Amino acid sequence: MQTTSDEVLISRIAGGDRLAMQVLYARHHVRVYRFVLRLVRNEATAEDLISEVFLDVWRQAGKFEGRSAASTWMLSIARFKALSSLRRRPEEELDEETAEQIEDHADDPEATLAKKEKGSALRQCLAGLSADHREIIDLVYYHEKSVEEVAEIVGIPEATVKTRMFYARKKLSELLKEQGIDRGWP
Amino acid sequence: MNATNQEAPGSRDIEDLLPWHAAGTLSRRDAQRVEEALARDPELARRYALVRDELAESIHLNETLGAPSARAMEKLFAKIDAEPERRQSASFGLGSRISDFLASLSPRTLAWSASAAVFAILLQAGLIAGVMLKETKTVGYETASAPTTDPGVGAFTLIRFAPQATSDDINKFLEANKLSIAAGPMAGGLYKVRVAVTGIPKGELARIVKKLQEDKVVGFIAATE
Repeated sequence: MQTTSDEVLISRIAGGDRLAMQVLYARHHVRVYRFVLRLVRNEATAEDLISEVFLDVWRQAGKFEGRSAASTWMLSIARFKALSSLRRRPEEELDEETAEQIEDHADDPEATLAKKEKGSALRQCLAGLSADHREIIDLVYYHEKSVEEVAEIVGIPEATVKTRMFYARKKLSELLKEQGIDRGWP
Repeated sequence: MNATNQEAPGSRDIEDLLPWHAAGTLSRRDAQRVEEALARDPELARRYALVRDELAESIHLNETLGAPSARAMEKLFAKIDAEPERRQSASFGLGSRISDFLASLSPRTLAWSASAAVFAILLQAGLIAGVMLKETKTVGYETASAPTTDPGVGAFTLIRFAPQATSDDINKFLEANKLSIAAGPMAGGLYKVRVAVTGIPKGELARIVKKLQEDKVVGFIAATE
């Protein structure tokens, strides 16, 4: 079965087609929501933000030139909205959340190892990364974005994308080590 | 420092690409380079296994995040409904419909469609030429007020008939609307069709064009001089 491409949907949205908007929303809202949620760490805020993201898509559809994939364009809008929201939010709130998640288990690495399997520990550490590191890991692994696309979404050079990914993975290894899992890298 | 780190320059470059290789987002050339490096370097292959673990758990983590409630969608469409109505220009509508249609076709379908369209236009041209010939052959008594055959006199439209229209359909359409073909086929399979034997006001011509446009025999129609 052939589905209408995102680009065609966006051209219809530019012409005021509400149904095309519904199709695009149905296709992408979960991923956009998860991307935003991983950045803002608050479900209510993430829900509010995706409404704003897709409202921007509705308003700016006529300006979309199709130079990048529609999902890349939407994630760029989502990132901008999420960061604007975080700027309005007290920094301490985020830091405390992150600290709680990591320190709870770092106190007793042996007990953690006994209780949790490696995958679970890895997920725990992925959740404990900084916003920048979480973002790049998610874009590469979950949103399947190429080096060029990540550079476009985050607004950094391609070489920096690779370096940031390297440091995100390095930090992940360090967090795992704190939990008693030595990956032998880096 | 291990074996990979002591390797020739470029090994770090390859290692940096592992996350994208695992996600399948590398170019074919880079993917090939990584595959070759993985085949010859066991340490790199071990690190690639770590990357694959990270990939699997990242997906797992994201998939457990759930989805937004219906409230988000309701809120969005309430905002959209409150937006000023967008004016859609006719040219945009037609252009986007054509591009949508073409985009929905595979290259093979497109090639067949193009061939079929050319054939249909040629066939139609032959049939319509027959209609014109039949019209000009009509002989007998004519009053002074009989329709003129002067190709330059009257009110005209340009028509491209629908590809699926048969000569019978076209004959019936011409007769039912008291039309005659003045010239054609021209570029793009267009015919100059006389809609009145005398000049008529533009508004009246536009009304006729609008009416004819509704007939399934007509693929395209526009008023002309």
